[in-house]
Amino acid sequence: MEDCLAKKMEITVSEAEKRTGRNAMNIQETYTAYLIETRAVESQSEGQCAPVDSLWRRYSEFELLRNYLSVTYPHIVVPPLPEKRADFVWHKLSADNMDPDFVERRRIGLENFLLRVASHPVLCQDKIFYAFLTQEGGWKEMVNETGFQLKADSRLKALNATFRVKNPDKRFTELKHYSDELQSVISHLLRVRARVADRLYGVYKVHGNYGRVFSEWSAIEKEMGDGLQSAGHHMDVYAASIDDILEEEEHYADQLKEYLFYAEALRAVCRKHELMQYDLEMAAQDLTSKKQQCEELATGTVRTFSLKGMTSKLFGQETPEQREAKIKVLEEQIQEGEEQLKSKNLEGRDFVKSAWADIERFKEQKNHDLKEALISYAVMQISMCKKGIQVWTNAKECFSKM
Amino acid sequence: SSSSLLNRLQLDDDLDVETRDLFVTVDDPKKHVCTMETYITYRVTTKTTRAEFDLPEYSVRRRYQDFDWLRNKLEESQPTHLIPPLPEKFVVKGVVDRFSEEFVETRRKALDKFLKRITDHPVLSFNEHFNVFLTAKDLNAYKKQGMALLSKMGESVKYVTGGYKLRTRPLEFAAIGDYLDTFSLKLGTIDRIAQRIIKEQLEYLVELREYGPVYSTWGGLEVELSEPLEGVSACIGNCCTALEELSEDMTEDFLPVLREYILYAESMKNVLKKRDQVQAEYEAKLEAVALRKEDRPKVPTDVEKCQDRVECFNADLKADMERWQNNKRQDFRQLLMGMADKNIQYYEKCLTAWESIIPLLQDKPETK
Repeated sequence: MEDCLAKKMEITVSEAEKRTGRNAMNIQETYTAYLIETRAVESQSEGQCAPVDSLWRRYSEFELLRNYLSVTYPHIVVPPLPEKRADFVWHKLSADNMDPDFVERRRIGLENFLLRVASHPVLCQDKIFYAFLTQEGGWKEMVNETGFQLKADSRLKALNATFRVKNPDKRFTELKHYSDELQSVISHLLRVRARVADRLYGVYKVHGNYGRVFSEWSAIEKEMGDGLQSAGHHMDVYAASIDDILEEEEHYADQLKEYLFYAEALRAVCRKHELMQYDLEMAAQDLTSKKQQCEELATGTVRTFSLKGMTSKLFGQETPEQREAKIKVLEEQIQEGEEQLKSKNLEGRDFVKSAWADIERFKEQKNHDLKEALISYAVMQISMCKKGIQVWTNAKECFSKM
Repeated sequence: SSSSLLNRLQLDDDLDVETRDLFVTVDDPKKHVCTMETYITYRVTTKTTRAEFDLPEYSVRRRYQDFDWLRNKLEESQPTHLIPPLPEKFVVKGVVDRFSEEFVETRRKALDKFLKRITDHPVLSFNEHFNVFLTAKDLNAYKKQGMALLSKMGESVKYVTGGYKLRTRPLEFAAIGDYLDTFSLKLGTIDRIAQRIIKEQLEYLVELREYGPVYSTWGGLEVELSEPLEGVSACIGNCCTALEELSEDMTEDFLPVLREYILYAESMKNVLKKRDQVQAEYEAKLEAVALRKEDRPKVPTDVEKCQDRVECFNADLKADMERWQNNKRQDFRQLLMGMADKNIQYYEKCLTAWESIIPLLQDKPETK
């Protein structure tokens, strides 16, 4: 990727720390702060490393950054943050946000988020993003000064547009449908995977009981004793091996989760298109009705019902001067409207073009990443099978010596 | 042919094939539907060079009832010996299908093992009831005759069962008793663990069966990822099949053998008790004689007979225990190695499945 920030700067979220502090309402709270370290990438110099800069950020600041990016670049599929609360847990993992395993996985997720943004050709150039990485103090104020909150579309407006838009670009409609399905299927997958992990854990752990009973049994045996005892040890190894196996699988689940959340970002872009299209359609409709009104006034024919028309019928016609004034106002409005419509049309087309370009980029990224994820999953399974074969082969060897 | 018969036999490590003169096999289960009942018979094939048999080969059909009769006869006629166990007699109708292939096969293996253990026994294999069981065309007619025939060994002596209580069991038999107690306990625990594992595996299987198809559904949504996702789905399906096979094997091959040994231990403890009673009778009679304070130092014949009985019993039992220990070691070695093997095979099947989709996952669309 040509000139993106990721090439010029090393970014890591290297540490997580529990902090206590007072929040906006002056209430004591516990939260986790994450250390962001950055370092300029030097081209092969005399082995001298550039100094590392660092600052601490908490999750809510990451959220603020992402909201800013979503609003400022509505045509971009903005990378998602790792989940706020632990979801799709299986019994061993804690659903507690303070749990060290959760914090660790979140640290990795946040680093991944920053790297995604830094590798994006458009997003990486954003000044607020750069400041997020490099400027500890006053960053929040800087973001708020951009006034991005004002640009945000209300959810109600967006929902309204979804239902009422008449001619959205078919590709976006299909894409929205796809993102809904994707979200549904990945959620289902993650839920079942968590159950599968739970059950597999049970299978492995019960084998640990063999270890104990073989040991007890070996105590009353003469020739069989040694073989039983050592086989029992392998059963213990087998039972213990599941912990690492399932921990590794969590990384796979995290990769899937990222794309679950990406589906939401995809949908956001589609919604923005619907909104813009709806706006355009409303503006066009308004212009048409104004032109019609103007025509009616000019020709004196009333084709459309209007309250003014009724009142003028009841209370008498207006004077020609009044009519002229009205026509003039309308003509001005019509001209304004036509200019607005032109610019909205242009905006709309630009949006579609740039959004679609980013969507194509996203599709390629998604296909690549998910393929890699599936490969790593298969590799994990292969490793698990090989470990299983090893343990049982060892146990078989012990049994053969009975 | 005898070579094919040899292939089907489990060979005792101690006995050389050439020294064997009696080979018995149980196979070919067949269902019989009659007006009163439906039952299964098994073919019992015998090949022998022993003089006790009129012919070198026999083939008869027997049902479970017949095996049960044989075992009872052996317990009656050879009370000083350890009689191998039969698979459980009663099965809860409705819960277990008595005529399912799996059940019949499991039973057949157990019945085959039962007869082979008798065949390998230097005393039991010469038992006349055993001979009739292997050879008679009409076993029921023989059953009706009861204990009419006198055995050549002259061991149709009935052992007294009532009244006598032993004060202390001799150390070596107490040790055997303790061993059998602990042994049964440990086997019981292993049985429970094995059942639990099978249960957990089946629950895991239920989840896997839902898991695999979701990848397929996802594949339906995608274009470039369609084949990889389908591949993963199929892979998980293959793992499901492998797991099902593992659970079935453990249920059919592992658990029944464990249970057989638990039954074996129970019947052995009963034989120990019988031995105690024989010894108790002898000691009681000896005491009675001592109390009579007779001048003649000569011990009455019936007390002498009691002493003989005790000594014979002890000798038979010790010999059988040694044989039993040895066979038990081999049986468990085979059983546990079998369990390990089945697990290895399961993992190998899964490994093959996952390794085979790696090239599919790595496939670049340009190469298509």
